Amino acid sequence: MTATKEVIYAGGGSLSALPQETFILNVGPQHPAAHGVLRILMEMDGEWITSAEPIVGYIHRMHEKMGENRTYAKFLPNTSRIDYLAAMHYTHAFVGVVERAAKIEVPLRAEYIRVIVAELQRISSHLVGWGAWIMDLGGLTPILYAFDDREKILDLFEHICGARLTYCYHRFGGVCNDVDDFFLQGTRDFVPYMRKRLKMYRDLVTDNIIVRKRLEGIGIMDAEMCRRYGATGPVLRGAGVPYDVRRAEPYSIYAQFDFEIPHYPQGDSMARYLVRMDEMEQSLRIIEQALDQIPAGPVMGKVPRVLRLPAGDYCYAVEAGRGRFMIRLVSDGKDTAYRLKLRTPCLSNLSPFAEACRGMILPDALAMLGSLDLVIPDIDR
Amino acid sequence: MSTKSAIKDVFGGFKSLLIGLRITLDQFFRRKITVYYPRETLKMPDRFRGHIELVLDPVTGKSRCTACLLCERACPSSCIHVEGAKLEGAKTKSVTDYHLNFTTCSLCGSCIEACPFDAIQFSKVYNVVGTSRADFDNMDLVKQLAEKRQGWTPPPAAAPPADPPVAPPSPPPTPEASKTP
Amino acid sequence: MIDFLMSEPVLVVLRLVIYLVAIMAFVGLNAAYLVLAERKGAGWFQRRPGPVEVGPWGLLQPIADGLKLIAKQTIVPPGTDGLLFRMAPALVLAPALMCLVTIPYGDTIFGRNINVGLLMVFSFGSINVFAIMLGGWASRNKFAVISAARIVSQNVAYEIPMLLVVITMMMVTGTLDLQQIVGQQAGGFWQWNIFRSIWDIKAGALGGNPLVWVTFLIFFICMLAETNRAPFDMAEAESELVAGAFTEYAGFSWGLFFMGEYANIVVGCSMATVLFLGGWQSPIGAVPVSWGVLGSLLGVGMFFAKMYALIFIVIWIRWTFPRTQFYGLLNLSWKILIPTSLFTLLLTGALITLRAIYEH
Repeated sequence: MTATKEVIYAGGGSLSALPQETFILNVGPQHPAAHGVLRILMEMDGEWITSAEPIVGYIHRMHEKMGENRTYAKFLPNTSRIDYLAAMHYTHAFVGVVERAAKIEVPLRAEYIRVIVAELQRISSHLVGWGAWIMDLGGLTPILYAFDDREKILDLFEHICGARLTYCYHRFGGVCNDVDDFFLQGTRDFVPYMRKRLKMYRDLVTDNIIVRKRLEGIGIMDAEMCRRYGATGPVLRGAGVPYDVRRAEPYSIYAQFDFEIPHYPQGDSMARYLVRMDEMEQSLRIIEQALDQIPAGPVMGKVPRVLRLPAGDYCYAVEAGRGRFMIRLVSDGKDTAYRLKLRTPCLSNLSPFAEACRGMILPDALAMLGSLDLVIPDIDR
Repeated sequence: MSTKSAIKDVFGGFKSLLIGLRITLDQFFRRKITVYYPRETLKMPDRFRGHIELVLDPVTGKSRCTACLLCERACPSSCIHVEGAKLEGAKTKSVTDYHLNFTTCSLCGSCIEACPFDAIQFSKVYNVVGTSRADFDNMDLVKQLAEKRQGWTPPPAAAPPADPPVAPPSPPPTPEASKTP
Repeated sequence: MIDFLMSEPVLVVLRLVIYLVAIMAFVGLNAAYLVLAERKGAGWFQRRPGPVEVGPWGLLQPIADGLKLIAKQTIVPPGTDGLLFRMAPALVLAPALMCLVTIPYGDTIFGRNINVGLLMVFSFGSINVFAIMLGGWASRNKFAVISAARIVSQNVAYEIPMLLVVITMMMVTGTLDLQQIVGQQAGGFWQWNIFRSIWDIKAGALGGNPLVWVTFLIFFICMLAETNRAPFDMAEAESELVAGAFTEYAGFSWGLFFMGEYANIVVGCSMATVLFLGGWQSPIGAVPVSWGVLGSLLGVGMFFAKMYALIFIVIWIRWTFPRTQFYGLLNLSWKILIPTSLFTLLLTGALITLRAIYEH
């Protein structure tokens, strides 16, 4: 049961409507809810929201402009920082588009390593999104359990590339460091541990009646609304559309792996929640298969010393934790890009919020905002 | 919804609450995962990225840097500034000043990969502390290398090199908390 | 002169004064150290240690917090109702103190045993919501007023099932006098109301409340809602997003509101102990909890053990569950708790009437 209300707008409606006085409420850009610097200008009628306008740009750092001013190798650190929770995915997309343009061969071992770290990154990103969202709802404990699991992933990443958040691990033609047995064994041990923890989270949070009452039926974004705004990722899959870039536009070696695309038809916050929990399980499946199949070999291909891409228009899309991330690279033959367009998923995921939250009460709207799993630097770039 | 399903919902919901309570109580009695920093510290893995430092060549006791400026050109954030000069009787230049602006360094490693002499590497320093901005935006790596040189001894006089014994591979480091004083 | 000082009325007044000072000290210490217990408990549930730096095991942390609060300035915003604004924190704390006067902590350890003690505790317990409304209103902040109004509607909704279950237990015990209620539960843990109401069949007939565990559960849930504890704390935790009822309070006034909340938790858990868990009676009949001074202190120890176990459960629940939504909270009360408590009330009444008929 949701609390919605037919709001009678001042001056509108054919009934004898009393003009309702609305007031403006500014949510953000600083708030204790763990979203980031997002400002939402809400017009409220008492408790109910009549309109909401997200105002972005508070953390605009001009990554696309930097892409025009730096050589391709110098842009690599930037890619980790666009969405810091999907650093491996975004760097993969960037090296992928350059490799596609310059026709660089990537050794098979490097491809497997890229898949393993991408799926580990997906699990880590979902853990943060889930933990922060439950914290918004008032459950302050699961985020700490999630961060404990994430420490294990971050320790593995620290072992192979030395960094815990902004990795800069991929290079054109492969990855910069090889993985050793310690990493492979650690990942192998991590998979059953994470499965146990996912079961614990299902018992503690997913089946919890309070969480279910707060999420079921709230914040419905159906498939048509998602299509209009271009939402992708768990938002779209929670609306029933089984669209995943790894299946729709297969990149790297994802075509070889056997995994499902979880999708739920209801389109409410609970559906998006369940999609993310199931995606973590599917990521574990992919990691297991990759660990079994990973071959020996080099991890760097042959790359020219100074990289000049032939003039043209190239793009590469990956399935990041939040949705479809695509890089479009327009090159004019020089050693910097002419135009580097970053199509980030969070802006498209945020856009239906303005329409979907009309008529909801504020705490429900903020719970729905948590379900979109936004990372604000991803919106602003 | 029907009364029967409503009553079942109440009982099922209550049971889910009890299951959740049992899980948190179970976690209550487990070992704490906090590392009591600074009384305990963590061991950094081998590839940890601290700020860069000049490598002390164990044979010559000097830096291998020849001030070729490849690192300075490779840096995306322009945070390296190198100066070098050719000393009397030396074949190549050697570095005289190596300044790192750590406030803009993004620890990407491009400089290390660009260096053809393996003259710089990541340090393992993770708790950098200073009292003024100059400690960070003007890190003097040559001075840091001179400090490291204090503990260096020249290798023994050269005997004809014998075949080095094949050492077994060392066990990998474990990234667990270790109580280092 | 000595005769006058030793005379009955003077001793009674002296005892009351000593007891009031002791209550205030008890409430103060409890408020301070329950905060520490909550933070340590929160830490342990989250697999971290909680406060450890200030004092051994963090035991001096509340003193540091108290000093910090006292050092802060209480800003009275212009345009507020000065008297109400300053009075509201004290009005939240005072009823809790009044309730504690009549709760028996030991055989002879009570402030003043009033023969309508149960009534007194629950009457005073209802006043604190009035003080919160005053605080929200006097803040002259529309979000504080909305939040305070929410707290009032939440408290009213949960007052009803709480009083229904108290009436049920009153029918079982037959008296409003708290000391007598505890006295009835002497003998051993099977004599405590939570067990005895099920099995006690005097003279072969039915009597008591076979659904007493449901009654206890409803009482506990209502106590959580009355004291605005999680998972029913959205009125004060909504302050994460919009202002809560206590926004304009800073420094020690806010500390007093907090103390009031913990004092209410102490009162609620004490009443749960007295009504259901046997008060200061020991779980084994042999322990002499009513034998002189030592026995009284032993009784106090038993009481505290049970009360703090219940407070641990309150903390445990807070750190496990997220918050309910406001309409979910009201749904729970009006649609689930009130019908259930009415049903247990009617069942108890019916069984007692049947027993009375059977015995005649």
